[in-house]
Amino acid sequence: MLSQLKLLRNPRFWQVARVVIFALACMPFLFLLQGALLNTLGADPARELALETGRWALRFLLMSLAVTPLREMTGLTGLFPLRRTLGLFALFYAVLHFVVYMVFLLELRWSEIGSDILERPYITVGFTALLILAAMGITSTKDMMRRLGPRWKQLHQLVYLAALLALLHLLWILRTDLFDAVFYGTLLFLLLAYRLVTRLKKRRARIARQQSV
Amino acid sequence: MLIKSAPDILSSEITPESVYRNRRQFMGDALKFGAAAGGLIAMPGAALGASGDGLRARAPADMERSAPAAWWQDKFANIEAAERGGQFWTDEDLTPYRDVVTYNNFYEFGTDKSDPFQNAQSFDADPWSVEITGEVDNPGSYDLEDFMKPHQLEERIYRLRCVERWSMVIPWIGFPLAELIRRVGPTSKAKYVAFETLLDPEQMPGQRGRFSVIEWPYREGLRMDEAMNPLSFLAVGLYGNYMPPQNGAPIRLVIPWKYGFKSIKSIVRIHFTETEPPTSWNMLQPREYGFYANVNPEVHHPRWRQDMETRLPTTLFSSGRIETRMFNGYADQVAHLYEGMDLARNY
Repeated sequence: MLSQLKLLRNPRFWQVARVVIFALACMPFLFLLQGALLNTLGADPARELALETGRWALRFLLMSLAVTPLREMTGLTGLFPLRRTLGLFALFYAVLHFVVYMVFLLELRWSEIGSDILERPYITVGFTALLILAAMGITSTKDMMRRLGPRWKQLHQLVYLAALLALLHLLWILRTDLFDAVFYGTLLFLLLAYRLVTRLKKRRARIARQQSV
Repeated sequence: MLIKSAPDILSSEITPESVYRNRRQFMGDALKFGAAAGGLIAMPGAALGASGDGLRARAPADMERSAPAAWWQDKFANIEAAERGGQFWTDEDLTPYRDVVTYNNFYEFGTDKSDPFQNAQSFDADPWSVEITGEVDNPGSYDLEDFMKPHQLEERIYRLRCVERWSMVIPWIGFPLAELIRRVGPTSKAKYVAFETLLDPEQMPGQRGRFSVIEWPYREGLRMDEAMNPLSFLAVGLYGNYMPPQNGAPIRLVIPWKYGFKSIKSIVRIHFTETEPPTSWNMLQPREYGFYANVNPEVHHPRWRQDMETRLPTTLFSSGRIETRMFNGYADQVAHLYEGMDLARNY
């Protein structure tokens, strides 16, 4: 088992790993920033920025959802804090995505932002997903966790809804090529299916235990 | 009228490319001589070449394409420039060549805007033939050189408006579709013209994609009166240069008052028919894409509004947002085609 490896049980390793992952997670942002400054994002840079920040938000959200299954399957408890780190990066890219849309695509015409959010279904669902991620981000500190108690878990289970809405937001703007839809859809399906299966197993084990008493 | 008078000798054999080259050289020298004689400083030859023909703009030298075959060179040596202020002209700024050839929707080469530029460079469009079928007096398969021979190439400055809300201004090189239609002689039963793109999964990676839902080959069509309108254009080049593959080499349609997807690329078949032909986007999502697809700021696509557009290129500090005009600003030339029609239903 991976968890038997000495290196993977060394807290120093995980400290270094977290720094490396943090740096890697910043790379898409730095590349986009470089593209924006050097004007190498093509004929419509604002659109390119919006697309890429959106894609990265969804990718980080899925990566964050993959942490728990990975931890449970490998027994590597050192993975645990990554769930929060990756989740916050999802929020970071989602906020960038929204800012690009407001500042560069809509040029801060507030009335249009309002009508877009209310009338364009794909923007409505995207905006809802952003609100959920923001609520989770704000309550992601240890202090907030303590203060919210059991409600913290309830709130943070909305992440599944956010992921579904983000996927829907992507599907709605695709014109034909279903690769993105199939790719991210399959990943999300697997991540949700894993949770469903482990929950059912736990419940069955509990019932079995009760019956054997 | 007849185009099938297949000559024994190809025109490229009659006029070798070197002769044309010499002719240009000769003209250049003559101009230089004239300028020098007039007491002016002789300009470099390249500059004479670019300005001597009066075209609105030419491809930048470092991005210029070489001729796919010798006969193309002869054909492009003689292009009629667009008449300034005429009906095939606009004063609007041209979209720079680089953007026109790197930002494309051509799903045969991939669905990202930069995919066609990246995946189409090795596309081989020579030799090429176009098949004329259906309700015509002169059906048959025509070698592109013969197909184009009777037509004088001309330049036209058109707006191009994509259904995705971006737009460009492009100096096309080509000839009127109506000229070709008259030549092949449609019968009285020909009410529509249908077009088909090349089907070649080996050269077109998008046609191999398992996740594409378009049923290849790509198909488009026009009503006969639309096809005969003077604006309807068959383009074989842009910016005074040969058509890049990502823009629809070697020959494509340009219908400036309709959304861009009507302007079908890399045409291999033109079919004349009595009934409205199936068209690719309409087959895929009939609620979103109609047969007519006229640019119309009042009729919105179900997922996005159509009253504004983004004129490319943009920067982060200039969004290029402009109002979309009825029939993309060509109402004077085409509105009569749709008199009495409900354009909200016939979208």
